[in-house]
Amino acid sequence: MTADLCATTADPSGITADPSDTTADPSGTAVTADPSGTNTAIETVFRIESPRIIAGVARIVRDVGIAEELAQDALVAALERWPRDGVPDNPGAWLMATARNRAVDLVRRRENYARKLAEIGRDLSTVSAPEEPADPDDIDDDLLRLVFTACHPVLSTEARTALTLRLLGGLTTAEIARAFLVPEPTIAQRIVRAKRTLATRNIAFEVPYGPEREARLGSVLDVIYLVFNEGYAATAGDDWLRPSLCEDALRLARVLSALMPKEPEVHGLTALLELQASRTAARTGPSGEPVLLKDQNRARWNRMLIARGIAALGRAEAASSGAPGPYLLQAAIAACHAHAYTYEETDWSRIATLYGLLAARSPSPVVELNRAVAVSMAEGPAPALAIVDSLTDDPALRDYHLLPSVRGDLLSRLGRTTEARAEFERAASLTRNERERELLSRRAAEQS
Amino acid sequence: MPRFLTLIRIDEKNAPAEGPSPELQERMGQLLEEITKAGVMLDTAGLTPTADGSRVHWEDGKLSVTDGPFTESKEVIGGYSISQCKDKAEAIEWTKRFLSLHEDYWTITAEVREIAEG
Repeated sequence: MTADLCATTADPSGITADPSDTTADPSGTAVTADPSGTNTAIETVFRIESPRIIAGVARIVRDVGIAEELAQDALVAALERWPRDGVPDNPGAWLMATARNRAVDLVRRRENYARKLAEIGRDLSTVSAPEEPADPDDIDDDLLRLVFTACHPVLSTEARTALTLRLLGGLTTAEIARAFLVPEPTIAQRIVRAKRTLATRNIAFEVPYGPEREARLGSVLDVIYLVFNEGYAATAGDDWLRPSLCEDALRLARVLSALMPKEPEVHGLTALLELQASRTAARTGPSGEPVLLKDQNRARWNRMLIARGIAALGRAEAASSGAPGPYLLQAAIAACHAHAYTYEETDWSRIATLYGLLAARSPSPVVELNRAVAVSMAEGPAPALAIVDSLTDDPALRDYHLLPSVRGDLLSRLGRTTEARAEFERAASLTRNERERELLSRRAAEQS
Repeated sequence: MPRFLTLIRIDEKNAPAEGPSPELQERMGQLLEEITKAGVMLDTAGLTPTADGSRVHWEDGKLSVTDGPFTESKEVIGGYSISQCKDKAEAIEWTKRFLSLHEDYWTITAEVREIAEG
């Protein structure tokens, strides 16, 4: 028991014990004296509930760092009491009530008692006694506040990502560090600094309304999309795919869709990620090499994720009024691929049209590059090369390996093999992903 | 994050003929919303009685089709869910919560199975 407590609390940066420290031993034999597996069950309940607990407590203490510590305290209390007194009927509610009561005590003990009380008087009156479950609607609102706070523009993109995965995704510092291939202390430091920034800059624990709402929501969606992309086309390292990051991002998107059912772009993002994830199994070959869209075995696409993606796209379109947003448009493009049972059946002219709308809505050289690919399929390589050539001087794409990769492909199709080889070689030298480098080098060698 | 198929097995002969009570259905609805908001639930449904079902069997190179009800089985599948969880412990925790919604007169076995990926 003591050993387990140490494992859980010794690491102040870990939200729960490292899996290797817990009693969840695959053989079913407990590592420590925990014959019933109570500690594993407690830690599992905590992991499920922790975003909600942190959110519920943060509304009271107005500080996500302190909220996380109080949530940890509730876990420690459970680890002490449940093995002795039995697991309560509603363990989530017990943890929530314990954490919230501690939060209220903490606020009451603060020196600036009177000022704080005026600030949070409303919240104090709504804190339930331990036996009363919290109102689910309140918890949803608190979760949304936590999402918008973790993704606040006052933080760097890296800090937003780490904090969101930690507080809402329930990942440990070690798991985040592994996912992003950076040392654990770097992530720990990033999270500490992010919490400090939110506290010192007095960032309100609120869901934004009014004119800044759209931009702030965009910032939340971008964080989730970024996490997914890092897993979907790893920018560095030996693996082409890091599926766990995709899954964490997809879970966050699904949560957000359930919490914000009226937001078309939230459904659009969820649809996009469901559809992209449906291709995961087909995107990697037997020895881990990337398999391009046109070569993928579409029988291996996950039909359930495709169905979920199409349904989410329908919800996005139903909720949308006026011009479709960028995530909805990207989801519509992904749906075009999903609807084609073979590569030859792909409706490239519709995809080119959608990229045109996307370019008008949120212009970027990367969108133009993708539009060029669609145009090359719909109309041929020559008009596409004209689009790509207009991008070659764009500083944003100077070191972007996909520009020479696409250009090489178009030149190859036009029979200009010498130029194509040079482009593929340049693309191979620019990518930081080993698997992709092998593929591009092979394409360079094939040009003759 | 593995996906899990949870098969809900019930004894048709001893299950309430009228199915889940209105109170149980409401509790199920609340839990389903909670699991969905946790980003965990991918798909779930109840099945019609085995009287409407059939079994198609392959043995010694021959096919046979048997219409329900499947009276020789003590427990038959009454419903399923497909969820995506961090690990099996999480899948089991959600399953416990689902079973705990039922009145004491229910006897249910939920089989939690990880879906093989790849």
